[in-house]
Amino acid sequence: MEDDAIGSAMRRYVTRRLAQAVGVLWAAYTVSFFVLYYLPGDPVAAMFGGGLDSTTVSPAQIAELRHRYGFDKPVFVQYIDYLGKAVRGDFGNSVSTGRSVTATLAGALPQTFALAGLALLLSVVIGGALAVSASYTRRRWLRQVLLSLPSLGMSLPTFWVGLMLIELLSFRIGLFPAFGDGGLRGLVLPAVTLAVPPGALVAQVLAKSLLAALDEPYVQTAQSKGASRLRIHLRHTLRNASLPTLTVVGLIGGQLLANAVVVETVFSREGMGRVTANAVTTQDIPLVQGVVVFGALVFVLLNLIIDLTYPLLDPRIIATPGSRGAIAGVGA
Amino acid sequence: MPALSSLRRGPRRISPFVLAAALLAVPLSACGSDDSGSTGGAAATSSNAPGQSGGTLAIAVGTDVGCVDPQQVRSSDTLYSLRQTVDSLTDQNPTTGQIVPWLARSWEVSADATTFTFHLRNGVTFSDGTPVDARVVKDNFDGITTKLGGLASLGVNYLTGYAGTTVVDNLTAQVKFSRPNAAFLQATSTPSLGLIAEASLAKPPAQRCSGGIVGSGPFTLSSYRPNQSITLAKRQGYDWGSSLWTKRGEAYLDKLLFQIVPENGARTGALQSEQVNLIANVIRSDESGLKAAGKTLRTVTLSGTNALWVNHAAPLLKDVKVRQAIMFGIDRKAVTGLFPSGTTPATSILSPKTPGYADQSSFVAYDPAKAKSLLDADGWRVGGDGIRTKDGVPLEITIGNPGAISSVDTELELIQQQLKDVGIRIKIKEIPVADINNIQQSGSYDILIANAQRPDPDILRTQFSTKLNNTYRLSPSALDTLLEQQAATTDQVKRKELAAEAQRLLLENADVIPIVNYVVEFAFSPKVRGLEFNPSGHPELHGTWISR
Repeated sequence: MEDDAIGSAMRRYVTRRLAQAVGVLWAAYTVSFFVLYYLPGDPVAAMFGGGLDSTTVSPAQIAELRHRYGFDKPVFVQYIDYLGKAVRGDFGNSVSTGRSVTATLAGALPQTFALAGLALLLSVVIGGALAVSASYTRRRWLRQVLLSLPSLGMSLPTFWVGLMLIELLSFRIGLFPAFGDGGLRGLVLPAVTLAVPPGALVAQVLAKSLLAALDEPYVQTAQSKGASRLRIHLRHTLRNASLPTLTVVGLIGGQLLANAVVVETVFSREGMGRVTANAVTTQDIPLVQGVVVFGALVFVLLNLIIDLTYPLLDPRIIATPGSRGAIAGVGA
Repeated sequence: MPALSSLRRGPRRISPFVLAAALLAVPLSACGSDDSGSTGGAAATSSNAPGQSGGTLAIAVGTDVGCVDPQQVRSSDTLYSLRQTVDSLTDQNPTTGQIVPWLARSWEVSADATTFTFHLRNGVTFSDGTPVDARVVKDNFDGITTKLGGLASLGVNYLTGYAGTTVVDNLTAQVKFSRPNAAFLQATSTPSLGLIAEASLAKPPAQRCSGGIVGSGPFTLSSYRPNQSITLAKRQGYDWGSSLWTKRGEAYLDKLLFQIVPENGARTGALQSEQVNLIANVIRSDESGLKAAGKTLRTVTLSGTNALWVNHAAPLLKDVKVRQAIMFGIDRKAVTGLFPSGTTPATSILSPKTPGYADQSSFVAYDPAKAKSLLDADGWRVGGDGIRTKDGVPLEITIGNPGAISSVDTELELIQQQLKDVGIRIKIKEIPVADINNIQQSGSYDILIANAQRPDPDILRTQFSTKLNNTYRLSPSALDTLLEQQAATTDQVKRKELAAEAQRLLLENADVIPIVNYVVEFAFSPKVRGLEFNPSGHPELHGTWISR
């Protein structure tokens, strides 16, 4: 009808979302900088932690190192220095390893991306299949069993799942390697481990909305037209019920990154999770800053993509600010 | 479920505090006590029969510090690999503590322990082909003191008072100090003073960390993947091994693969399922499983103790009676049960393996009755909750766990129970890694628990001299003089006497409270042969081979 109007609304929307994204990135950067700065200790002190090391290094040597890294400048000067460089894409060097932050992240990213990508795929496919089966089956007991699986999956600690999988499938049967990045085979166990909690979440949310959608009038219409139960599920209710799930998938992105810390440690993989955990314990300010900005970027992008996907699933939603709030009203 | 042991948060952190110091050419002590491992002494596996060349040794270690420059790294986990890439001027016999030739075929030390003249072996090259000569020795020591500074925290300490190196001729380097540094000779045997090539010295410290260095060792770095693995390859044509090594020429193994596996249980499982051949930092609860799987266990007793380091400025701990009550209130035998088999109760602040060790077991003993009577006599009365008070002040002391290591919490909980029996309440405080330095500098702690390791009595001076950092806030005393004198004495008998007297003073006054002798346990496949360990507990892999 009025393609132009929709197009310009869309452009305004995207511009606005991008501006918001920049704001979010700046805020994340600033807040994390000052939080790290005002924590007790500093990155140089952390270099001498873990025992009695600092008793061997004189305060003068420590002061010299602080000067070398610029930690002796006033906090605001340091903040401006860091921010100025960050805007130009230079996050400086890690204090504990001396590698450039961008190189460290670039080295870790592909592995985490592969891991999280596979885990996301597994969680959507397995969680989705579980939800559809639960709502499709007419056997009440089976439905109950299937519906209780997600709660179980969410309550299992990730490190425990990982250790059990290693114990059974690597140490006992030798099917998969217990550590390292031995290609796809090495990726299976960590990805399965990482996929358990988000898979459970997908199953739970999708099953709930599927069951609710089955009570909608359009299902009766479809039934009266003679559509099969399977067709109703796959063509009608799944499409309508997937909107809340899509919102959840956005949140899963963050969850995957957070759980990657545990999974990467258990499976001895290099990746964003390990980098983050190390950076935080050693108060490696430049590296943590890099991680925070990266994390915020992923979150912002993921949510942007999801918001832009809503209209494709449900054309009644026009991508305008606050559109997500309108979803609830759509069915009415 | 064997994997459950790995629920412990992480590997026990090996205190990367391998402060070496010197035994001037001759062992100070009867430190020939054995290397009491579960499978026998260190020499037991050294075989004169020729080994088989070739193959890859896969090793699992717990941590990666993110740096592959041996001069900058202190963590044992990383030095296990980096030790193989550099040679040192000297080597130290793990059994006798004696300093023996390696890259230096001989040396002279001036009587006042300020001038060290090294005569280098001829024909040694770095893996880039450049020679190991007096010039590069000078540039290494200059680089550590001027360019690395605090980044080479061990090396810079070993070189305290460094006044410069003179290149006497191509193969003679004379190292001078502005004050006596008897500890220096032993320090030259450590990887922290391992020699690296000019090309590496020219690089910025950060680049050396991430890209590694060029050394003259029996292995060279072939790849480093942070938090994942360190791979070393055999140096072709290597022919200048330490005089301690039985194998001449090149190493047996073609390749060393150090996998970083943070979980204890995962390392154990990896060895059991033969995904690796050797693991470090075995914990007590995994021993039986490994033995059952036919693996060889080897406990290496290090030259230091696990101890309570006391802040003498803390109000309650100024009182010697309180410190002594803690000393006598700890059942060390019971604590050894938490550490790998072969761990023994401490009998001094140095372990029996440390050159200069002197038995102080009359002061370092478990005697709860004595602890109670000391406190009674000091006016501490038992209150209703079993905790003593004096003038309304409860006898409550906080012990900090630097780095918040979970296995240390277990140890502290046991000590907490033991001291409760004599009426002392212990509070346990986790101290984040980044905060340890501040706490030590500001003195805002009662007691810290930690390991200290150094195959030389000079550790007594660096830890307890009030003329240095004086982290423990001791008052100046006769102890300072003893510590200064041992650092300036080249007469070995005299030096041992001075060290013994210093230990007596420290332990009689309970200035520090030793708990157990510090060990590290390795486990390996029985196919791994010829594995030896240096006095710092790093494996020497040049003579190691895999039986096929």
